Amino acid sequence: MKLHEHQAKEIFSRYGIPVPEGKVAFSLKEAKQVAEELGEFPLVVKAQIHCGGRGKAGGVKIVKNMEELEQAVEGMLGKVLKTFQCPDGKPVNRVWIEKATAIDKEFYLSITLDRARSKPVLMASAAGGMEIEEIAKENPEAIIIEEIDPELGLMPYQARKLAFRLGLPVKDFSKMALTLYRIYTDLDASLVEINPLVLDKEGKIIALDAKLDVDDNALFRHKDIEEMEDESQISPLEVEAKKYGLNYIKLSGNIGCMVNGAGLAMATMDIIKLAGGEPANFLDVGGGANVEQIANAFRILMADEDVKAVFINIFGGILRCDRLAQGLVEAGKMVELSVPIVVRMEGTNVEEGKKILAESGMNFVNAEDMWDGARKAVELAGG
Amino acid sequence: MAILVDKNTKVVVQGITGKEGSFHATQCKAYGTQVVAGVTPGKAGQEVEGIPVFNTVEDAVKETGANCSLIFVPAPFAADAIVEALDSGIELVVCITEGIPVKDMMMVKDYMKKNYPDAKLVGPNCPGLITPGEAKVGIMPGHIFKRGNIGIVSRSGTLTYEAAYQLTRLGLGQSTAVGIGGDPVHGLSHRDVIEMFNEDPETEAILMIGEIGGTAEEEAAEFIEAHVDKPVFAYIAGITAPPGKRMGHAGAIIMGGKGTAKAKMEALEKAGAYVIDNPAKIGETVAKILGILEVAEEEKTCDTD
Repeated sequence: MKLHEHQAKEIFSRYGIPVPEGKVAFSLKEAKQVAEELGEFPLVVKAQIHCGGRGKAGGVKIVKNMEELEQAVEGMLGKVLKTFQCPDGKPVNRVWIEKATAIDKEFYLSITLDRARSKPVLMASAAGGMEIEEIAKENPEAIIIEEIDPELGLMPYQARKLAFRLGLPVKDFSKMALTLYRIYTDLDASLVEINPLVLDKEGKIIALDAKLDVDDNALFRHKDIEEMEDESQISPLEVEAKKYGLNYIKLSGNIGCMVNGAGLAMATMDIIKLAGGEPANFLDVGGGANVEQIANAFRILMADEDVKAVFINIFGGILRCDRLAQGLVEAGKMVELSVPIVVRMEGTNVEEGKKILAESGMNFVNAEDMWDGARKAVELAGG
Repeated sequence: MAILVDKNTKVVVQGITGKEGSFHATQCKAYGTQVVAGVTPGKAGQEVEGIPVFNTVEDAVKETGANCSLIFVPAPFAADAIVEALDSGIELVVCITEGIPVKDMMMVKDYMKKNYPDAKLVGPNCPGLITPGEAKVGIMPGHIFKRGNIGIVSRSGTLTYEAAYQLTRLGLGQSTAVGIGGDPVHGLSHRDVIEMFNEDPETEAILMIGEIGGTAEEEAAEFIEAHVDKPVFAYIAGITAPPGKRMGHAGAIIMGGKGTAKAKMEALEKAGAYVIDNPAKIGETVAKILGILEVAEEEKTCDTD
């Protein structure tokens, strides 16, 4: 789960990591109040969206007076901000307003999981402000990596070492790095990132930006974090699917997919592409799909106006094909199926399953195998 | 031979009195696996389909000689269950549970590396493993597998079934099929299992099913290039997956341009593996390259003539 910059900054600040003094605002009125409270200009207005690349897209503005602040806030709130990372854009429903910082130098600092080592790593670089991926591509030796022992945690000497190499105030930086690691473990974060971390003209270090992603699997022990989720940043159908325990991700094509199992769901998207079509979504109904789940899955697929045909690909193991077929028929009665539905079933009791679909009088198109199903779906969707 | 499990493997099921645990313990037993014990704290003395239940794994091991654990314990308690199995002397832990926090698995893996370097963990978030005809330690439908010479290693459940079924239908059996799971921090890797298959005399060819995210497939490719002479077939799911999105499996996410299906396919191709791009043609491709399908087709032609 992703948090907004303002939420991450509030958390950082609570832990004692210095961030620019600021506050979040949900309306122009609130924004003006915040500006008055902060009591000085220039201020920085930052659009809050779950996407990087805001600066270049006009989502970060420095304002010198109240008039400019109003202009900046009005230009952001209620608008959809498109960045190079999110070409479709994300709605801006809140802005963060903070005191401007006199920057001397910019750095990069983050902690994340290194999957190959199954350990957290601290990454730092003197090339702040850039995306870490860009630095990694253009100048990999500019990134300093410290592997962290999960049992010991980040050791102070590791933080000191980085401070010396980057030329940062040793005591302040060590404290910041160790605190950042505490946030990483306390909150079950998958990523904590300060980019840029700045050294200001007075020689102080400040987290000018803040990013905090939390492991979805650990949300059960962080109810307070879970409540901070801004659903406007996720597609409405994804929010809906989550409620029913379905794993759904909207894509840009026109062939809806319904599959059991994440791996097979990805393979189904791939085979649609191979057959000359484009998948409209990723949808994993899980191992034990019941009537209610299938009906909800149908509802979500039919709600996507781009969907011109649906490809259901189920490998029945524990979930028997006859049970699945009954589920499809019953769900089909509950939801209006406005586009052709291609069904490919394989596995346990497949013959009984096919019979149930054939005798249902409903318009299910039978597919012999995955390839046949993909080709039929592409054809029915109109190529 | 096969790898990891066979007819001598003695399984203890942790979380056996739960819905999933009791169902699959019964299924495994019916398949012929030696399911010798179950564990649910506070339920010692009960039985599940004739399988005795113990309070602790230690008791189960002492009484039954179990050497493999199959875990169905819910995610918040699963890390505890894995460590209990390891501390009780279990050599092979198979964790089916989905949704375990990454931090928990990181701590478990670190503990395991430091204290039980020889113990093996399969999963979590996996279907388990099967040596057809001998032992099923997992949740896969047993009847789609058939004993033979192809080793399967996969990050996905239903996609493993799909591939195994395609092979079985063409008469190509499997030595062992191992589902290593879709989580970012897990036990045995593609590389580890491929190494075992490489050393197993019964396994003549290896089928690897990978997916986007991480670099495990690339590491396997390096190993294949340096050490494996047996034919390796590979399918990688997720060529159409958009970056930054978690595709069902917590581990299936392309981050910072890393972990794409394309990069994995290229690495495997370079390592000399046969990379299959159509998931419906996995069985067919393996059969053709191993020279089995052609023979079969010729026979068919002869018959009709």
